Amino acid sequence: MTTITTPISDTELMALESAKVVDARGSACPGPLLEAKKAMNSVQIGQVIEIWSTDPGTKSDIGAWSGKVGHTYLGYLPGEGYERVFVVRQK
Amino acid sequence: MSQSLSIVLFSGTADKLHAAATLAAGAAVMDRPVNILLQYWALDAFRSDRLDVNHGLAWDAMADGASRPVKGTAAIPWLETFRMAKELGAISILACSGSLDVLGIDSTALDPIVDDSGGIAAFLLAAEDGQILFI
Repeated sequence: MTTITTPISDTELMALESAKVVDARGSACPGPLLEAKKAMNSVQIGQVIEIWSTDPGTKSDIGAWSGKVGHTYLGYLPGEGYERVFVVRQK
Repeated sequence: MSQSLSIVLFSGTADKLHAAATLAAGAAVMDRPVNILLQYWALDAFRSDRLDVNHGLAWDAMADGASRPVKGTAAIPWLETFRMAKELGAISILACSGSLDVLGIDSTALDPIVDDSGGIAAFLLAAEDGQILFI
């Protein structure tokens, strides 16, 4: 997969097939971030993980963390009272 | 290599322990090595026989009209956050031997999450190339 350095469009996000969904709803920082890190081991490089979170800080946490450790943050979509945050495993 | 984060953790209230655990967890998953030195009341909180007690809140919580933890103080997940962080990143937790002595705590009385006990020089050496915080 080519390296994406900015979040992709909502249409592209909606078309993604996530290899794993991490339901971290009800959990607050640092919970969703730790769950995301843990989930990385359960997908292959190049696959998408989707993190569901009720904490609005999660998307910026995942964005910052991805940049620092080398995964690709794709963006987020709104769900019903939560957000779906998308990230690609790159290593 | 990522800059390490070292925390001298002195405070033993649930809110401060949780704050420290959050910092440690965040640094650890950002691939920064973390060193924690447990002193005094933080050290006391890691005694196996005291892990589950309600560690209360800092005095700041006593201010007029201060917010209360919505799920109660006992539900503050400081220990769980430390445990999960340790599973996911390089976190070394050292019991300050000086504090063990002052409080009369034996290192065998501590939860296994505490890696070792040591003196200030050992901690400062490990902390040398990074940032040090006092909580």
